[in-house]
Amino acid sequence: MGNVVIWAVWVLAAFSCLASAVAVVSFTNPFYSALSLIGNLSSLAVLYLLLSAEFVAAGQVLVYAGAVMVMFVFVTAYLGGRADAPWAGGPSWQAVGAVTAAGAILLEVIVVIGLKAGGTLSHEAQIGSDFGSPHQIGRLFLTDHLLAFEITSVVLLVAAVGAVILGAHSRRSGTTGDLVHSEEAGARP
Amino acid sequence: MRGPDVAWYLAVAAFLFATGTLGVLLRRSPLIVLLSLEIMLNGGNLALIAFARLHGDASGQIFALAVMAVAAAEVVVGLGLIVAIAQKRIDLDVDKLSFLRG
Repeated sequence: MGNVVIWAVWVLAAFSCLASAVAVVSFTNPFYSALSLIGNLSSLAVLYLLLSAEFVAAGQVLVYAGAVMVMFVFVTAYLGGRADAPWAGGPSWQAVGAVTAAGAILLEVIVVIGLKAGGTLSHEAQIGSDFGSPHQIGRLFLTDHLLAFEITSVVLLVAAVGAVILGAHSRRSGTTGDLVHSEEAGARP
Repeated sequence: MRGPDVAWYLAVAAFLFATGTLGVLLRRSPLIVLLSLEIMLNGGNLALIAFARLHGDASGQIFALAVMAVAAAEVVVGLGLIVAIAQKRIDLDVDKLSFLRG
């Protein structure tokens, strides 16, 4: 009985995850793409829970589906979200090349998984009830992976400072008319 | 009580990564390119967490959390660049953004 429930939840989460990923790529309106990415991230959080990664699932919902996507939706609404058909614009060989490259990556990974699947991939390690809990993650962050933790905080600080500088720069140069004209001239191919 | 094998999760991760690649290569709006990049990063995250479960070693989850922090930083800088480009009245099309000169 437990098996059936786990499989049902897995199939539901995996298919909504894949469907919303395809929707992100194929929607014409960037606003709808951002909204379907929220569904994608939420169903990924369900998959993380099935892999007993509770803390990462909570972080996924809070940080990704919450904070990052609020920023995305806000910027998309601010910019007006110009419609952009997936297959339109640019020469057709670019679309053919994109589909070929993505298909090649998918095929490569699936073949490698298929070669390994019978052997090592089906023997999952025994884990305690502590696995993936905030307690264990916090202890690992502050003991074994302290350097990665500190470097991550520096990366976040640099990104915040960079975003502030970018915003201030664009506001200052956006008011000078001649610079905008020269940019427009330069932007034309 | 056993769910699907790790191989199934890896297949989902591979499909997510390939879908994200397709979006990055195919779409012209930089906003959707950033969204597709998020899908690629999440495919990598899912593979990391699946392998953490396979080996019973939570270091993979630590890596996934670090990837999430880096993705948040990347989104902040990317969206800042997109807003800066839009305020200069340049068309939001990755094919037309061929100059680095600010």
